[in-house]
Amino acid sequence: MISPIPVPTTGQIHVPARAARLVVEDLTALYGNRVALAGVSIAFPEQSVTALIGPSGCGKSTFLRCLNRIHEAAGTATVRGRVLLDGQDIYAPEVNPIVIRRRVGMVFQRANPFPTMSILDDVTTGLRYAGRARTRMERVEQAERVLRMAALWDEVKDKLNQPGIALSGGQQQRLCIARALAVNPDILLMDEPTSALDPIATAQIEELITSLADAYTMVCVSHNMQQAARISDFTAFMLAGSDYVGHLVEVGETDKIFTRPQDQRTEDYITGRFG
Amino acid sequence: MRLRHLASGAGVVGSGLCAGIAAGILMLILAYVVREGAPAVNWSFLTGVPHPVGVPGGGVANGIVGSAIIVGLATVIALPIGTLTGIYLALYGRGPFADAIRFLADVLSGIPSIAIGLFAYTIFVAPFRHFSGASASVAFAILMLPLIIRTGEEAIGGVPKRVREGALALGISSYAATMHVVVPAARAGLMTGLLLAVARVTGETAPLLFTAFGSQFWELNPTNPMASLALQVFTYAISPYEDWHQQAWAGALLLILAVFILNVLARFALRSRTSR
Repeated sequence: MISPIPVPTTGQIHVPARAARLVVEDLTALYGNRVALAGVSIAFPEQSVTALIGPSGCGKSTFLRCLNRIHEAAGTATVRGRVLLDGQDIYAPEVNPIVIRRRVGMVFQRANPFPTMSILDDVTTGLRYAGRARTRMERVEQAERVLRMAALWDEVKDKLNQPGIALSGGQQQRLCIARALAVNPDILLMDEPTSALDPIATAQIEELITSLADAYTMVCVSHNMQQAARISDFTAFMLAGSDYVGHLVEVGETDKIFTRPQDQRTEDYITGRFG
Repeated sequence: MRLRHLASGAGVVGSGLCAGIAAGILMLILAYVVREGAPAVNWSFLTGVPHPVGVPGGGVANGIVGSAIIVGLATVIALPIGTLTGIYLALYGRGPFADAIRFLADVLSGIPSIAIGLFAYTIFVAPFRHFSGASASVAFAILMLPLIIRTGEEAIGGVPKRVREGALALGISSYAATMHVVVPAARAGLMTGLLLAVARVTGETAPLLFTAFGSQFWELNPTNPMASLALQVFTYAISPYEDWHQQAWAGALLLILAVFILNVLARFALRSRTSR
């Protein structure tokens, strides 16, 4: 396991000791003129889960949305700084965000199956538009592969032609995970993937996240500290100052963050003194 | 305490009474049109063309077909423009430009249809010195636009943002995400808007007076003057002949039926959305 040891530099910059698949350098995200988060530097090691924790409004989701350039889909939103995916800046002018989003998958807070699509069509949407699954046979094969990875195959194999929105909330979320996996991303981003689910569905998703960590670089926003402790190898704590601008306070191995945080604010948050 | 109950009771009774009067007037109109028009509705009325003055019988088939062609052509013009504008407003509609479009659409929906007919006349009839069904379609399309735009914006805006973002996050182009994921999800609302817009213009007469002009014959070519059911009702109603008066009522009955059916379909389309 690669250990991200904060390197002392100016300001709130934290860089792991070794280069990772996804490296963020001095990232600032804006909505129009309003700065939502500033000066975030962090690296996400390969084959691990990094949890992003922090109180509401600290910019966790905004930060996550900068990592696959979905942030800019919201009209006036812009980004400064660099996000390096295998060494290449995804915000470089020649980079096509569509290509980035195929390499950096995302699962949302609330399951979002496509309302008019069957389970089969839904799970293969990314493949079909990338021209990677032309025949129905290919699509079924690919669907089975990723639905098995998402531990959903046995539950839906007899109703691939039924609409995804007819599934339960937990099944819908696993469908969305399968859909994200189908395009073979390198990175998987998850934005509070269990916050709308019951405890049993939550446990299933958490188990899935842990099993996927062997193959993917994962970043998971979580509102729930117990969950972050359960599923992640590394934990990053974010906090918004009195100016409502989010910053990265501290990042490190999850064990260390939860037992011996270096920053007083992290300790206060983890021990429940605020947030 | 007593007074408050009294006032509340009076309010309920009063508003109920007004609702009853409104519904009653509507029923009265319907009943009257049915009474006057129904006897004249028969097979030859539905399938024949108008007979010359003095020859009994004759029908409005050319008007029904003319109305269908004019409204159909108007739909072909207004649907893509209106839907795309609705998509633009719902997905990218921030700032003064979008607000201006919304405002103009609202203003447009309030402009008297005869003014729009006059506009179509100036642009598409006068320069060619020739009345045409197509010029009527242009006028109708303009009348349909605000309805399609605003219901389209509402329908597209009603699709949760996370659905569109979910598609974008898979590495799908913005165009495909919009057209193949968001628009299908909004189809019930879009269909409702379209049906209401069609219903809106089906009974319109004023813009036709100096665009389609009307015709006593079969006319399937929209570059020529064309018959229309609403126009025939108008022509027959102001004529001095008793049997034409009755045909006017019968035509009015058909128009009301068509609009009624369109509204029921619109309701139906909307319900299929909410049941999901």
